[in-house]
Amino acid sequence: MTLSQFLVLSAGLFSIGVYGVLIRRNAVLILLSVEVMLAAVNINLVAFGQYLENTGRFAEGTAASGQVFALFVITVAAAEVGIGLAIVLLIFRNRSSVNVDELDALKW
Amino acid sequence: MLDYHALAPDLIIAGTVLAVLGADLFLPQERKWWSAVIGIFGLTLALIPIFTLAVDDSSLRSMFGGSYVIDDFALVLKTFFIITGYVVLLMSVSYIESDRYYQGEYYFLVLASLLGGMVMASSRDLITLFVGLELVSGPAFLLAGWRKGDAKSNEAALKFFIIGVLSAAILLYGMSLVYGMTGGLTFEEIRAGSVTVSDEPVFVLGILLVLVGFGFKMSAVPFHFWAPDTYEGAPTPVTAYLSVGSKAAGFVGVLLVSYLAFAESPEIWGPALWILAVLSMVVGNLVALRQENLVRLLAYSSIAHAGFMLVPFAAASLLDSGDLEKAFAATLSYILIYGMMNLGAFAVIIAGARRVGSGQLRDWAGLGSYAPGLGVLLTLFFFSLAGIPPLAGWFAKFVMFQAVLQDANGWTVALAAIAAVNAVIALYYYAKVVKGVWMDPVPDSVNPKGVPGRVAPSLGLALGILAFGVILAGVYPSVIAEFTEAASFLAGG
Repeated sequence: MTLSQFLVLSAGLFSIGVYGVLIRRNAVLILLSVEVMLAAVNINLVAFGQYLENTGRFAEGTAASGQVFALFVITVAAAEVGIGLAIVLLIFRNRSSVNVDELDALKW
Repeated sequence: MLDYHALAPDLIIAGTVLAVLGADLFLPQERKWWSAVIGIFGLTLALIPIFTLAVDDSSLRSMFGGSYVIDDFALVLKTFFIITGYVVLLMSVSYIESDRYYQGEYYFLVLASLLGGMVMASSRDLITLFVGLELVSGPAFLLAGWRKGDAKSNEAALKFFIIGVLSAAILLYGMSLVYGMTGGLTFEEIRAGSVTVSDEPVFVLGILLVLVGFGFKMSAVPFHFWAPDTYEGAPTPVTAYLSVGSKAAGFVGVLLVSYLAFAESPEIWGPALWILAVLSMVVGNLVALRQENLVRLLAYSSIAHAGFMLVPFAAASLLDSGDLEKAFAATLSYILIYGMMNLGAFAVIIAGARRVGSGQLRDWAGLGSYAPGLGVLLTLFFFSLAGIPPLAGWFAKFVMFQAVLQDANGWTVALAAIAAVNAVIALYYYAKVVKGVWMDPVPDSVNPKGVPGRVAPSLGLALGILAFGVILAGVYPSVIAEFTEAASFLAGG
């Protein structure tokens, strides 16, 4: 396996995530799209780490630092989803809808 | 070995956060404000180790393989976040009490968010920086939606949250590319690794994505559109915190990555931030001219101020390393002074909105005739934001112009000219508010006798501290300059 395959996969996932955030109108699906973007980040970190370690140009433990970063990203993402779902639930209770287009009380 | 002396400020705040949460379980409903007292006590306690660390400059305190550093820069910003915390807690007490929501959790979230800022100030690698940034924003999302039943507050929280996580994802993708190209996560490794890859397109993309990610946090144009909505919908003390604490956290991140991690490639971030600075100043000020709501006016003014803070960055890409320190110090001074005067402006709005019963500019007309004290304070903070001497704002603008013009060429002169024009535009809308308060007649919809005029003592204390700070820093700017010059050694290395 070469590095570029992972990078193409991750760039593709990231683009799908950005597209989802821009196109989806349901708050939960926007949240899911952001998670897809974070998955792309994790693939990048782990793939780069392994590649850098194999080149031998970098210090021992270069791969490990990328993997540790990926673990932190996963943990923080879980916390963010917790906060996000709490906010979405709050809005659903008040308006019985989570469509972001209907949130237009505040403008200019 | 852990250096507990160096970690003490952060550990004390972490302990205070838990103490506030624990105390909330036992406090009866009418004494929930004790949570704020515990918070203020903890913040005071944390100032003691900061002072002893500042006095003792025996060695650079660096932990975890250089990832977590206590130096003058970290100490100055930790103090800034602690004082911001003080003022925000003081402003919140009477406001939150009248709202009858969960008070204990409110103070817990404010303090947790402050802790994030303190961690960011010490962070010298991408992981710590990212975790600190998320600790700043996570509680802030919840605080923005504090009024659970209010549709505007809900909307503010959701907009803030979606933009916040989107920007975090973009930031992380940029960080992963930077890691892949340089093979390091600490700023030192990135700097060393970036020498050979500085014109690789992937590395350039990584830097730009990191800047975009922080651009959302700083609410710089074109990444600003969430800010006015969130500021208007969130409870006003939270807005004050977001416009100062959360924005400062974004700037801490940009200062660290630009001057430390990407120090070898200013030709990439310099022009990008030049554009952001110009757009933020122009768009922020022009849209602020049309605002009728005071909070939205301050939201756009804070976007414009973000532009002023970015101006020295743009100049830095054209300078050699000796002058970089000046640019760094200029941004830092601007952040510290802006923090004081913006918190002051919001404190006046909290006190005045209770009196006037609205945040609309036309309802505030004639405030000076029935509440002269508030009128004087409003004049003080708004003129300081406009940069009129002898109030602190003039010094912020002065060092900013000084940093840009120390090396005059086409780009820096153009930038300085745009900044000067914008300073004049900003004066117009600040002066418009002040004129309304002193010269216009009281509108019929407002009954000056209707509401008791007393400002809550805690809010009064916050106003007093900020007014004192704004005048002191304006008359003796060396108070600020001394700290920022000590902290700007970072940019020299």
